[in-house]
This record gives sequence, C-alpha cells and structure tokens, in this order.
Amino acid sequence: MKGINKMKKIILILAALVAFSVVTIAQARDQLKVTGSSTVYPYSTVVAERFGKEGKFKTPVVESVGTGGGFKAFCAGVGVDHPDFTGASRAIKKEEIELCQKNGVTEIIELAIGNDGLVFAVSVDGKDSNFTKEQLWKAIAHDVMYGGKITKNPYKKWSDIDKSLPDVNIEILVAPPTSGTRDAWDALVMEAGCDKDFIGLNGGNKKACVKYREDGAVIEAGENDTLIVQKITSSPNTYGYFGYSYLIANKDKIKPAQIDGITPTVEGIQSYTYPLSRPLFLYAKKAHADVIPGFKEFLGEFALPGTVGVTGYLFKVGLVPNAKETEEKVRDIVANLTIMQN
Amino acid sequence: MTSKQKEIFLKKRYRAENRFKFFGIFSITLAVSFLGILLFNIFSSGLSAFFKTKILLKINFDEKKLGININTSEKEIKASNFNEILQEALLNLDLLTPELKKIELIDIVSVDATYELKRFYLKHKDQLNKMIEVSLTLSDDLDQLHKGNFPRDIPEDRRRFSDFQLKVFDEQNAQNKIITEFNFSFFTNADSRDPELAGIGSSLMGSLLTLLVCLILSFPIGILAAIYLEEFAPKNKITEIIEINVNNLAAVPSIVFGLLGLGIFLNYFYLPRSTPLVGGLVLALMTLPRIIIPCRAALKAVPPSIREGALALGASKVQTVMHNVVPLAMPGTLSGTIIGLSQALGETAPLILIGMVAFINVVPFYPIDPSAVLPVQVYLWSESAERGFVEKTSATIIILIFFLAFMNSFAIYLRNKFERKWS
Repeated sequence: MKGINKMKKIILILAALVAFSVVTIAQARDQLKVTGSSTVYPYSTVVAERFGKEGKFKTPVVESVGTGGGFKAFCAGVGVDHPDFTGASRAIKKEEIELCQKNGVTEIIELAIGNDGLVFAVSVDGKDSNFTKEQLWKAIAHDVMYGGKITKNPYKKWSDIDKSLPDVNIEILVAPPTSGTRDAWDALVMEAGCDKDFIGLNGGNKKACVKYREDGAVIEAGENDTLIVQKITSSPNTYGYFGYSYLIANKDKIKPAQIDGITPTVEGIQSYTYPLSRPLFLYAKKAHADVIPGFKEFLGEFALPGTVGVTGYLFKVGLVPNAKETEEKVRDIVANLTIMQN
Repeated sequence: MTSKQKEIFLKKRYRAENRFKFFGIFSITLAVSFLGILLFNIFSSGLSAFFKTKILLKINFDEKKLGININTSEKEIKASNFNEILQEALLNLDLLTPELKKIELIDIVSVDATYELKRFYLKHKDQLNKMIEVSLTLSDDLDQLHKGNFPRDIPEDRRRFSDFQLKVFDEQNAQNKIITEFNFSFFTNADSRDPELAGIGSSLMGSLLTLLVCLILSFPIGILAAIYLEEFAPKNKITEIIEINVNNLAAVPSIVFGLLGLGIFLNYFYLPRSTPLVGGLVLALMTLPRIIIPCRAALKAVPPSIREGALALGASKVQTVMHNVVPLAMPGTLSGTIIGLSQALGETAPLILIGMVAFINVVPFYPIDPSAVLPVQVYLWSESAERGFVEKTSATIIILIFFLAFMNSFAIYLRNKFERKWS
C-alpha cells in the first residue's frame, strides 16, 4: 500500500498547486513589467534596480527579448497580463502601431531616453584608421560595383578598396541578423554607404545592399558583444562593431576607428555629428498609468538629470544623454503623459 | 594457404587491431582535452568571483550627522541616510584632496556601501558616537584591478579608474586596509547591474522552484503514463501511435515547448509571465517523454516471473503492478527522472518566450514570483559590457556544472544502490 499512499500524496500536492495558481491569476499586479531591446536592457535594468532600492515600489521585471519581440508583447493588449513598457533601439514601425491599435493599445507614450553610438573598433595594438561609409560597405557587402558591373566582392585587403587604408586583410566580426545592433548597422552603414549605381542596377531596391559577403572576410560572431570584444583584442587586424558602452567598458583593450574622419565621442553622438549614432526609446502604455503602482514614477526617472543627464548614472554605463531640446521635450512628455501622434 | 601467407594475414590483422585501438585512444584523448580546456578556461576566469575586495574604513557613527539617537526605532534607522558619514570617512583618506577629485574618492566604494553601513549599525547599535573600522565593498573597477583583471600601467584615459584613485588604493593597500574575503553575497544576492553586488541568489532559487514545479508535474504523470502503456494498455494501433509520438516528443527542439507554453499557459490560461510556475509547466512538457521512456524500459526489465508469481498467488493486476513490478522498476525510473530534470535545468530557449530571460532584482520564494534561472543568468551576464561580469559568468557556469554533476551522480548512486541484477 505504500506506493499508493505516496501517489495519493503527490496527486494532492498537484491539486493544491493548481488551485494555488488559479487563485493568483485573479490578483492585480503591483510590479512593473518592462520588455524589449537588449540594447536598452543595460540601461532600463540600472534604473529598475535603483527604483526598487528606494523602497517605495517593487523592482520592475526587465526582460531582454529584442526590439521586435518587445513590441509584439507590448502590443498584445491592455491589462495586467501585458507589459507596461518596452525598450527599442529604433522608432516604432507603422505595422507595429497598427498591431497595437488592433489590440486596443491606442495611447502610446514615446520617450527618447538617450543615444547610442555604433563603434567600429580594433584592438589597441592595431592601426589607427579612418573609414568612410562607402569603404565599409565595400568591405562587407556580398556584391559590389567593380568596373561598372555588379560582381562578387573582389576586395581581399583594405588597401584594395583605397590606397590610403592599411595593407592588411579585411577581417570583420559582425552581429547575427537577429540582433538590433546589426539592424542599426545595416541602416546606418550598409544602406547609407551603398553605391548609387548598384542600387540603380538592382531596380532601386536596397535589399541587396545589406547582404554580407560569405568568403570568410566577414565572420558572424554571435549575439554576444562581449565575445566580439574579446576576439578583436586577440587579433590586432580584426575589426568589429558594437554599442558605445562596450568601448567605455573596455578602453584598455580596444580603440575606435574614425568614421568619415570623426572619432566617436559623447558630444559627437549626442549631436549626431558622429555618423553612426542612433536614439534609443522607451515606449509606455498610458492605459496602465493609473492602474499599476509606480508607473508614473518609473517613467519620471527617465526624465531626471540625475538619471539620463551628463551627471546621471546612466551616463556612467554608456548611455549618451539627449541634446538639450530633446531633454526638455522628454520632461514635458513625462509631466503631461503626452501620447505620441501618428 | 601457406604458412607464410598465414603469417602476413595475421600481421595485417594485428595492424588493423592496433590502428583501431589508436583511433579509439586518440578520440578519447581529444574529447578529454577539449573538456579539460573548457574546464580550465572556466575555472581560471571564474574562481576569482568567489572572492571580493573590501576596504577597511574608519567610520564615525556621529548621532548628529545621522539624525538618530540610541532610542531611534529600527524603522527610522532604515529610513535615515548614512551617506554623510560614509563620505566623510572616504574624504578623510586623503585630506589634501582637491575639490574636483572628491567625487573620484567617493566613487572608490560600491554604491551599496551606505546600505552596508546601515546593516552594520543595525547589528552594532552600541557603536553610536564611536569610531570603528568597518569593511566596505570596493567598486567593481578597483575590485577587478586588485584581482589582476585590469592592467594598471597604461595611460589614464584608457583605464576605468583615475591616477588619483589608483594612488589612494595603493596607499590603503600598503597599510593593509584592502582585504579579500569570501564572497558570500554572490550566493545570497539577487541579480544587479553593479557587478560587485550581483549574485546568483535569484536565479538559483528560480532554478530550484522551476525544477520543483517540473518534478511535481512530470514525475507522477510520467510514471502513470508509463505504467499504463506498459502494463495495462491493449496492444493496438492507437497505443502504437501514442508510443511513436512519445518517442518523437523526446526529440522535439525545446523552443517548440516554449511556443506552446506561450500559446497555452500565458495567452489562454493567463498564468503570470516570467514565473517558475509557467517555466516548470513548460519544462514538465519537455521532460515528460524523457521520463516515460526510461520508466517503460525499467518496467520492461522486470522479469515476467515476478508478475506471474504474484498473479499465481491470487493478486489482482493492479496489486501485481503496484506492489511488485513498480517497486522493482523504481531505481531505473528515478535515475531516468533525475537525468530528465538535469536536462531541464540547463534549458534557456523555451524560457525566453515565457519571459524568464529577465532582470530579477529580488530573490523569489514562491513559484509565482518573477524569477530567472541559472543558464539564463549565464546568458544575461555574458552579454554585459562591464568587466566584472566576465568572472561572474564563469562562476555561474561552475555552480551549474556542480549542480548537474551532483544530480547525475545521485542518479548513478540510486541505480547502483537499489538496482537488482536478474540472473
């Protein structure tokens, strides 16, 4: 009989567990939920941690699922089962706004929380260098213009592209297609640096511009930016690209290349004079403002100079503050919970 | 065949045998050396995370500056600010600090230092108005410097700490005020964005709770399914289809179960996101076939003479199975379950979709508290830019490996101890 008794016990526990979980479903939520981009994650988590430490509200849960995945969850509906905020390394797309509206998420607050710069970097033992977007496109693209025709990328060395560039083999570590960093790089470098004639011959379509070469000069290094930093440290002629915060954290190992003659600096990224800078966003659901405790306060954190300003703690982890005008706009939006117009 | 031909043939056979042995030894050596390299890599970069660097600082618990007295209640102490006495003590380290460098001096300790002081005072209330040495956690950059993970002889602008901070650090080190102690907080703290504070407490608890939910669900269901299929079910088309499907399910990529969990548990049943309850449910789905298959194998291995003997003595079918067959099949079943669970322990893919790849700052206690699990923690930290997380990542892998090794050796122990050999 021992076996049967044991079995009964287990079934009882099981039933208790199910009952327990059913009870909790009906409960309201008192903890904020943030989802979205892995680029915004390092910043929203720092804010969440400080927010929780103050003791008035629970520490928000911050997920890292990527910009697209974040919008999918964010736009799934209104109510305690759905996240309150989502981080994004690009502005919300039209289709995503439509998805939101279809599911009843009509009032969205858009907050520019700061800027991120993409850094094209090499080990400190490597050569100082300066690239234009066109040169970078020529180094990475699968097909390029060569002698007036579209051909498979023939460039083996940087000096093949331009005499002024170093006489070493092209070797670049890139992020995989699922990464937001890759999206940003494709938009800022591959599409912008794409040959005009090349686009013309492709019927005005820029899709071919963002196809990466597959002959070993460009290596997909995985989602992990820390790993890319480690790899370029160990071989002095290998380049890689990642967010500005990785440069800040690894200054002893890597140095940035200039883009169009400009070194990535805080000021350059802030004013967008450094060509590879992009704004980062936090999107919020206004419908949750009075429902989930701490909503307004958490949003407010992103407008404080002590958080996002030049003296703020997010600056220390690599978030480049907004320019003055945007800063004021953000403060306005937070104060009035202004929804975005579309 | 002449004797010479025979000899040549024999030599050929010996050569073939030697070749085969060589290939075998070669592949084992290769596999072991890969494992060795992996373990060496992880241990050499991860062991330092089990220690942390602290500074001994003379603190004056001045009641005026704290705004408290000996009768102040615990609640009020918790609400009071210990920052002022901390900053005062830090600035005393170098009385000639220029105004602009003061912030650098204050930055040498962790942001948690004022809370550390508060916790210290709550335990030592008799220290009010006294000067006493308290050990406080250093900032992660200096911690990494002390552990030798940051170079010091490079230009200031490429370092994470200034010349001035380095000078103060060296002075204190020369006076033996910099100490290294075992990093208990690594096991008790939740995740944090400050590497010196980050711990695996939340993900360890999350893993335990998730496994518990997974075990409670998959073990009884798996065993009952296996017993029914093996002992009671009629052999026909339907049971055959079920059998094929069970075997198929065991090979389905785990992310598919994550999608299923998202679709059913979150979107249909509205169970809370990011919780061990949902994580356990999803992993239970994944583990079920991995329990059913070894359990059926164990039941099959019980010789028919046991069943026949019981039936001959007048036991019913249920009695035979429950009293005689199942107890004998238990060792195999249990070790199968443990191995299934240890696979579940290492999963991250299905958990992304149900929101467990998340920053959790509080240690969870119930299956409905948001939490992460150990492999997720490894993933999240390996993505972080700060240098301090490199050692934490490896240290978490070490803990995970120990966890797995313990579970697997427990499975082997169970099998060796209770398994019966039928001869």
